[in-house]
Amino acid sequence: MRLLEVDDLHVTVAGQQILTGLSLSIDAGEVHAIMGPNGSGKSTLANVLAGHPGYEITSGSIRYKDIQLEDLKVEERAHLGLFLAFQYPVEIPGVSNMEFMKAALDAQAKARNEEPMSAIEFMKAARSAAQQLDLNPDFLKRGVNEGFSGGEKKRNEILQLLLLQPTLAVLDETDSGLDIDAIQTVSAGINRFRNADNGVLLITHYQRLLDYIVPDVVHVLANGRIIRSGDKSLAVTLEEKGYTWLSAS
Amino acid sequence: MSNRFVENLVEREYDAGFVTDIESETLPPGLDESVVRFISAKKNEPEWLTDWRLEAYRGWQAMTAPKWAHVHFPPIDFTAISYFSAPKSLADGPSSLDEVDPELLRTYEKLGIPLHEQEFLAGVVKGADSPATSSEPSSRPNVAVDAIFDSVSIGTTFKDKLAEAGVVFCPISEAVQTHPELVRKYLGSVVPRKDNFYAALNSAVYSDGSFVYIPPGVRCPMELSTYFRINAQNTGQFERTLIIAEAGSYVSYLEGCTAPMRDENQLHAAVVELIALDDAEIKYSTVQNWYPGDKNGKGGIYNFVTKRGACIGVRSKISWTQVETGSAITWKYPSVILRGDYSVGEFYSVALTNNYQQADTGTKMIHLGKHTRSTIIAKGISAGKSNSTYRGLVRTSPTAIGARNYTQCDSLLIGSNCGAHTFPYIESKNASAIIEHEATTSKLSDEQLFLCQQRGIDPEKAVGMIVNGFCKEVFRQLPMEFAVEAGKLLEVSLEGAVG
Repeated sequence: MRLLEVDDLHVTVAGQQILTGLSLSIDAGEVHAIMGPNGSGKSTLANVLAGHPGYEITSGSIRYKDIQLEDLKVEERAHLGLFLAFQYPVEIPGVSNMEFMKAALDAQAKARNEEPMSAIEFMKAARSAAQQLDLNPDFLKRGVNEGFSGGEKKRNEILQLLLLQPTLAVLDETDSGLDIDAIQTVSAGINRFRNADNGVLLITHYQRLLDYIVPDVVHVLANGRIIRSGDKSLAVTLEEKGYTWLSAS
Repeated sequence: MSNRFVENLVEREYDAGFVTDIESETLPPGLDESVVRFISAKKNEPEWLTDWRLEAYRGWQAMTAPKWAHVHFPPIDFTAISYFSAPKSLADGPSSLDEVDPELLRTYEKLGIPLHEQEFLAGVVKGADSPATSSEPSSRPNVAVDAIFDSVSIGTTFKDKLAEAGVVFCPISEAVQTHPELVRKYLGSVVPRKDNFYAALNSAVYSDGSFVYIPPGVRCPMELSTYFRINAQNTGQFERTLIIAEAGSYVSYLEGCTAPMRDENQLHAAVVELIALDDAEIKYSTVQNWYPGDKNGKGGIYNFVTKRGACIGVRSKISWTQVETGSAITWKYPSVILRGDYSVGEFYSVALTNNYQQADTGTKMIHLGKHTRSTIIAKGISAGKSNSTYRGLVRTSPTAIGARNYTQCDSLLIGSNCGAHTFPYIESKNASAIIEHEATTSKLSDEQLFLCQQRGIDPEKAVGMIVNGFCKEVFRQLPMEFAVEAGKLLEVSLEGAVG
């Protein structure tokens, strides 16, 4: 089943053209990796998919589960199972992680006309997800990202991924700033999330992450569009030869 | 990143803005000695009190309105205000709530104020500890209410039950008749009648208010609450509250306030005096929701209030908690005079301003006794084109050996057309005193909102959650039943703060 179909997408930020005709399709059960040099538009793609108000689509289209995504509000996209793990998760002081995640789950359940999870079920699920990511249960009581280390913030994003169980997860440089042990923990979390019905879009700078999360397709993004796609070996070649190899060819 | 989401501020809904259509006896506008005498006679006051009022009035005439606050408004014409208004049906004083005009009772019903003793505060359905997860109604303790409508008290509930404990809770006009010695001893003892311009005006013309007396060693068996409602047009409201906690006693008191939506500004100049004797504790909480004016800054209440507590006794404690969401202009500094050794003063405040509201609020902690301690936690939230100011004084006198103060002021800005200001004054005359001050200013960012929305939470709910998180330390201090209500009030006050 087709989850995501991006067609000839052009996007500007503050008047500046960032994406210049990006096309991409992801089917259920697939993991796609997007690599590319700094400033190529990787984070722009992630933010546009989630509906960040600072980005303007000038032409092209995004279809998600056969729904035109551009017309939907940020939270409506979330209700349809679209999830973004942030590159720089912001702090919300005084709002506990637990309170935040319960509010998110409740809002999504309500939008889908489902029964909200009971407080007890939620506690169990949250504790178990925290344990899988090597996080102390006290972590759940702290303010959202408040005073978290860089690694804790990234793990907290994956914690939310595991709790919310979205259909399409866009992970924006989740590996950056993580040490080797943390990358393994986080990768294990993402692999646990993967199944035949959902999809993952991994945005990363480094081939290293792809040793742990094996992608079905690797895309190279440069100057706002995808210039090459291939299997996992493309990432390995890139690591050896650098992006200049592609732009030169 | 542009703050496109949070800049688009629109009108907030004020759901207490209705007018009660009731026949009132209202004095013509203007103030002179005959008005003061009229009010005093209306209340059947003894001569000493009439003289006390007249003395205050003469003092007030010689004073000018203070201008130092960080608020802006045209000069008030004190001759255009009526200084007394009472519903006619109360002229002879109803002996029970059954005799009160049903129209009045409906007013309080609409506001969710329980004037029947079997009822509880409406709108309070959850425990405050986990509002996000609990949906079970918690057992709600009874609250005794004194309801003040314009210038008079229309009824006080649970009087009998309180009397069993020896607690006196009644309109101050009644206390003047039933407990004249207490009123005479303490009235003006904390806020002298010529303390400041608005306190002097209040002393001259105050019409009613609540009186509380907790006998020695008594823990007041329920929350006490006064509910203020301004209804009549062009009238000022000047109420006077006096709370006396004898040695070893405890009381928790809450005041709430609303007013109809009117185009012209109305003056509210109250005085509250608290007296705590040895080992006594008074917890005074305010949820202030006066009409703030419309989105263009038209109308609204001028809330110029003097609130002060005196910790007279050793180890006594006075704690102010306020949640200020209303009024066009708020100007108040609930203070504590720490006279008794080892006495404790606390001030927890959330002041939220939206549209064109202005708030200049804070506290004074005056350390006189040895080893006195004070804590100040002030949270200011500004949205729209509003301005929120914290102004606080911490003074330690030469006698205040080992005094301690901790002050924390945090400001949260929503949008980019509002302002937050902090004016902390510290006067330390004692080398052994320790005074700490911390301040932060932050902005509710598009990125915080985006994170919440990305997780499926709509923007209104997200702003409410972020603001509630910011205020958590203060809400924790409110009586449990009111903490949730305060959180909701903030959410309502911010309605439309994001587009």
